Amino acid sequence: MATAAAPPRPAITGPRERETATRPNSGQGRLAVLLVSPTVLVLLLVVGFPLVEAFRQSLYGAPGIDPATGFVKDTEPFVGLRNFTDIFTDHGERFWNAIGNTTFFGVATIVPEVFIGVVMALLMARALRGRGLIRSAILIPWAIPTAISGLLWSWIFNVDGIANKILRTSVLWATEGFQAKAAIIIAEVWKTAPFVGLLTLAGLLIIPEELYEAARIDGASAWQRFVNITLPLVKPSLTVAVLFRLLDALRMFDLPYILIGPRKSSVETLSMLAQNEAYNVRYGAAAAYAIILFGYVSVIAFVFVKVLGANIIDSKG
Amino acid sequence: MIILQRITRSRLGVYLGVVAVIAYCLAPFYWMVVSSLRRTADIFSMSPIPSPLSFENYGAVFDPKLGFGRALLNSTIVAGTTTILALVIGTTTAYALARLQFRFKQLLLTAIIATAMFPTVTLAVPLLKLFTVIGWINTYEGLILPTLSFALPLAVWNLTSFFQQMPRDLENAAMIDGCTRGRAFRLVILPIAAPGVLTTAILTFFGAWNEFLVAVTFANRPDMQTATAATSKFTGATQFDTPFGTQMAAGVIVTIPLIVLVLFFQRRIVAGLAAGAEK
Repeated sequence: MATAAAPPRPAITGPRERETATRPNSGQGRLAVLLVSPTVLVLLLVVGFPLVEAFRQSLYGAPGIDPATGFVKDTEPFVGLRNFTDIFTDHGERFWNAIGNTTFFGVATIVPEVFIGVVMALLMARALRGRGLIRSAILIPWAIPTAISGLLWSWIFNVDGIANKILRTSVLWATEGFQAKAAIIIAEVWKTAPFVGLLTLAGLLIIPEELYEAARIDGASAWQRFVNITLPLVKPSLTVAVLFRLLDALRMFDLPYILIGPRKSSVETLSMLAQNEAYNVRYGAAAAYAIILFGYVSVIAFVFVKVLGANIIDSKG
Repeated sequence: MIILQRITRSRLGVYLGVVAVIAYCLAPFYWMVVSSLRRTADIFSMSPIPSPLSFENYGAVFDPKLGFGRALLNSTIVAGTTTILALVIGTTTAYALARLQFRFKQLLLTAIIATAMFPTVTLAVPLLKLFTVIGWINTYEGLILPTLSFALPLAVWNLTSFFQQMPRDLENAAMIDGCTRGRAFRLVILPIAAPGVLTTAILTFFGAWNEFLVAVTFANRPDMQTATAATSKFTGATQFDTPFGTQMAAGVIVTIPLIVLVLFFQRRIVAGLAAGAEK
């Protein structure tokens, strides 16, 4: 979408380039095919093929028991769309719980992340000294692997851990219940709010100082300047940051898996459910859940790009 | 005087805020480091500085029966190979996407970005069945290929935005001087693009090193686990005796290479992360 506005390339009139100049792009097309084909081939292999395979697998059920021999059959029966329609029956309880958790974590993490992230960005933009120090500090939660941060927070949220000590409580954070969800949200927000802050800062720093000068001369208060200048101009960066975070939160796996554990209904996400089903060789149901998650993520991305105008394809050239 | 006072007061506010941001980011990490330096006997101590200081946990983490050294090696092999493959395959593609005019270019770029945001589990489910059949569970290729599924599109996306930022005049000049596009790419573009390629390499390596879903799904033998998966499975003498100190020590060791990279390349990493959002 952005390249459509790219400036026309300057005409090159060297003898070698004459054909290109008269028939634009014909030579480039062939070169381009050569250059992009390795990536396309690898992606077809590691993404395209599994995706098609996931669709195919979702149409097959778990192998049943052969009534003649009493052994488990090694072929999976074709069940059509039953893996998808099963979510509306009694089998669907775990699925609806998982999609509920996934959505809840998406919304409940993004709100504090944006709030804390924007505050961080505003502070960083105004800090005159120590920017390098702040930047390093802010990158540390981002750099810690989620799996390790899961362990770290499970230590913090231990019954005899520092969280209970500071709060003067003795909450069993890692047990099923709302406190488990709260632990996930706190750990996730800690790790990712700085990332939102960094992306927002990038947007903040390109707002020309003169705009604020002019507004100040016109008597705008700090709050008015924030609402009328900062927010609208930082909105494109923020929309992209929110989209990235949301897509990441919807596929959440590591943190609940380590902090609380697999197969815990208060924190089981769709990714965890699909992985667990596949691990227990119920490939059909697992593939169906994985496809539903894929559809869910695609719809969110589509809404952000088409409706909210998140411009993720950047063309500066 | 009042204005001066107000300025100093708002400055003070900014400084306090900055201190709060730094504390927010570092406090949990600091707690991990502190806990890793306690003796097992005082692991539940709340003192902000471990006393007595003990490296007991760092000794315990390399106990051969935990296989942590092997796990670090596995992580290095998987993340290293993934990064190299992603860069080798992705660099020319990114150049084409940034510089050449061809049909379906926009579609291809959109597809690559969409792929980078794929839920990993959607690919892991069918691959688990496939790898089980062809015997790729507990192999390096079984860990590297699924990791490549998000590492390669991320690398192409990053590199494309770096190439787009570079001035076109240089390669045009080189081509007018008689260089072919290929030579111009190798002799003119690649050397100036080196910082961008390096940043992409770091970000790709981070992504692959931190990966967990692929690691727990495609490897279950202790000697084929990566560091993140191995650390999450540390258990003590009994099932109920979680070795927190050892886990924290392992966490510090797994994180240290990343922290070193962050400290050295923070400027570039931030530029790379912001490339998608900066308009």
